[in-house]
Amino acid sequence: MLTLKGIMTALDGELLTPGMNLETECAKFFASDLMSDVLAFITPGSILMTGLVNSHVVRTARLVEVTAIVIVQGKRPERKVIDEARDHHVPIIATGCSMFEACSRVSESFPKGK
Amino acid sequence: MRTTDIVFRQEFPVKGGDFSRAGEVSWAIKNLLKELGLSTSVVLRAAIATYEAELNIIMYALEGRLVLSVRPGQVYVVVEDSGPGIEDIELAMTEGYSTATLEMRELGFGAGMGLANIKKNTDVFLITSEVGHGTRLELTFLTNGQKP
Repeated sequence: MLTLKGIMTALDGELLTPGMNLETECAKFFASDLMSDVLAFITPGSILMTGLVNSHVVRTARLVEVTAIVIVQGKRPERKVIDEARDHHVPIIATGCSMFEACSRVSESFPKGK
Repeated sequence: MRTTDIVFRQEFPVKGGDFSRAGEVSWAIKNLLKELGLSTSVVLRAAIATYEAELNIIMYALEGRLVLSVRPGQVYVVVEDSGPGIEDIELAMTEGYSTATLEMRELGFGAGMGLANIKKNTDVFLITSEVGHGTRLELTFLTNGQKP
């Protein structure tokens, strides 16, 4: 299991929604820019990694109960999108990593043998 | 099923083309079902299927509505729209087949998973459509956890 704090460290990430619990653990990840695929294939409780930054990402994420959203490629959602996420207690972590790099770093960060 | 068996019923209008409000109806349905104490699995399946249906109305129709009925043992949702209708339902149900515009795709939708995903999340799925008039879906979610 990785905590959100561990994920942030691995990704040199920044929490865009302050005040959220970073000790939350997560073992499932789903990387996609297609919200259609998120709706069809994600496991609830996963961390969603995406390069999309519109409000539909937050709406889709909260509907399928993701643990957190990781925005890759140094992108920044608009203020209203961040506010919507915060209102619904969905943490957003921003990272400068590409999608590939972010997935790779998260994968390498998992405690070995567990 | 007699109408007196309905525990709860609510109608939700959806305006076509209004992406800014996408998700409001399915979010309301999700919260209502949660409040009624239904299982997490049923709530999630109903939320995903109604979100896809709501998005379809917004993307393709001028207007439409979702009518939620909660009955003993099942959640039943009728989705109706006054959209263009579907000429070939079998083709539209094929995963990956899409007639979405660039705008829809830029928002992250229109990947051709919608109808198939609605069906996947329901216990009983019925679709009828008339070209030039609209499409009607009937979604049944069994709340006792058993597929028929």
